[in-house]
Amino acid sequence: MAYRRTPTKAQIRRERMEELVTYPVDWLEERSGLVGGIRYFLFRKVPGDVNWMQTLGSAALTAFIVQAITGVILAMYYRPTPTEAYPSIVNITDHLTLGWLVRGMHRWGASVFIILMFLHMGRVFLFGAYKYPRELNWIVGVLILVTGMLEGFTGYLLPWDQTAYWATVVGINLNGTAPFLGPFIAQFLRSGQEIGGDTLTRFYSMHMMLIPGAIIALIGFHLYLVVRLGVTSPPWSPEAAGAEVEEEEPQALRPGLTRPVPRGIAAAQAEPGGSE
Amino acid sequence: MEPKEPAPETEQHETRDDEGHLPSPTLWPLGFAIGIVVLLVGLIINPLVISSIGAAIAIVFGALWAREATAELRRGSVVVEPERRELAPVGEGEVAHAEEQGVSAPQPVPDERFPRSRFLEGTTIGLGALIGGIITVPVAGFAIAPSFLGQKRHEVDLGPITTYPEGDWYIATFMTAPAEGEVSRRTAFVRNNGIFQNEPSFTIISNRCAHLGCPVQANGPSGAILGKPTIDEHTLSGPVSLVPVVPAGFGCPCHGGQYDTEGNRTAGPPVRALDRYTFEIRNGRLILLSTYSVSHVDGTGAQAQIHKYKQAGPGQHVDGPEQWFYPLQPPHN
Repeated sequence: MAYRRTPTKAQIRRERMEELVTYPVDWLEERSGLVGGIRYFLFRKVPGDVNWMQTLGSAALTAFIVQAITGVILAMYYRPTPTEAYPSIVNITDHLTLGWLVRGMHRWGASVFIILMFLHMGRVFLFGAYKYPRELNWIVGVLILVTGMLEGFTGYLLPWDQTAYWATVVGINLNGTAPFLGPFIAQFLRSGQEIGGDTLTRFYSMHMMLIPGAIIALIGFHLYLVVRLGVTSPPWSPEAAGAEVEEEEPQALRPGLTRPVPRGIAAAQAEPGGSE
Repeated sequence: MEPKEPAPETEQHETRDDEGHLPSPTLWPLGFAIGIVVLLVGLIINPLVISSIGAAIAIVFGALWAREATAELRRGSVVVEPERRELAPVGEGEVAHAEEQGVSAPQPVPDERFPRSRFLEGTTIGLGALIGGIITVPVAGFAIAPSFLGQKRHEVDLGPITTYPEGDWYIATFMTAPAEGEVSRRTAFVRNNGIFQNEPSFTIISNRCAHLGCPVQANGPSGAILGKPTIDEHTLSGPVSLVPVVPAGFGCPCHGGQYDTEGNRTAGPPVRALDRYTFEIRNGRLILLSTYSVSHVDGTGAQAQIHKYKQAGPGQHVDGPEQWFYPLQPPHN
């Protein structure tokens, strides 16, 4: 039997402290598998030469989360009626503690969200990350962009000042000029023939419930596809993207899925339809 | 392919004592249950007609059910034709081998005559769809229909016509729905054209721009600068304010659309002339009724020839080839 030093008091205390932390985590893990799931989701293999451009998607997601949280808090103080909407906005901005900050975060964060989505879209386009097998994720991303802009359109009315009101009148009438269905879309958005109190509550409901629900579902699907298909390596990467298999294995897979498409000299050397 | 000799069924269908005797699967109880449901619903809706239909269904299906359930008792033991099926081609040798040794290998489940799992799958999906539909249809209807059905336009009382001197313009603001308050406030430009063919004639132009609906302004001096008083009235349809104005035309602040005093487009992006109000003189008072769209106006004042169209939204063409983009309009009052 190997000699073993009796643990010092400090060591024992340290072990106890560690147990105190690990026990609840283990308890949770044993019953839910959450820790493993989160590890699977977050600690993924990515190509070694990814760059900062590939954080734009996460940045857009962060912007959306900021919008969601600040929006929920603003809803605690905002009143969506024609007589009370603007006074409640003034109250949030001028009187409530930190109201100016949270409203400002929501107001400017809206633009940040849209801008980051466009930058992310540009990165995906320039890296060719929309190509097989990620075409569907591009489509889902475009839908997120559209729903995000719908959020902008519906949220713009809520301050219920002159800019908000007339911009929404113009926006609704723009929709009305769409051929064939336009007049009906406009009347649905307006909640009748004339813009009024129902328009405000309708936009509030869409801005608060309907469209965020759609965006969250779309983002969930977007992330699912990212996790499933892995991160694309940059176009100049010699490395296999998200390679979890050995170099010999992926011969069966199509180039671009887990190994880079041969380019330049590599493409010239690669024999088309070459043997294994 | 060579037709195979079906393997004779020997042990499988022998009655064994340790097995419970189950009645053969039947659909009659389902009909019976439906009959009971109809009967109970009928008690609420129409006991005489619907309940009797339900009772009839229940009796018919109940009888069929009872007939089938008691078939064995009435006819004595039923001779069941042994079910024949092909053995799985791969395992043939092995099964034979097992039978030689007297080992009863677990027999594969025979194809059911009435696939119960398929039925349950179908009913689950079908009932789920039905429940989903029952919930979704009225909710979606509630979300969409009120915007189109039962839309009311209130008449607006703009006061006695003697308030409007002949040939003078007024900017009239009024509430189309006083109960809703300021949000229903609208503006029109009103001019008394005097008596024409024994009828009082008014030009009443909506201030909603025919481009995208911004509020059109009168190009010219208005209010106190004219030395004429602003008239504030309180009529049956809420507060009405009349501001005197001398317009050279109308202009939109949003995108620069310009109109002449008859509402004809003179410059900018609008696709047609300004909308107008239909009106009525009732007991000497000017009553606004409804709006209509105008492609253009020939002439001026009482003699103006207005090319009327059904009310269309701003930006929508009412004449020319572009009108075919808007063949249908939502109901308008």
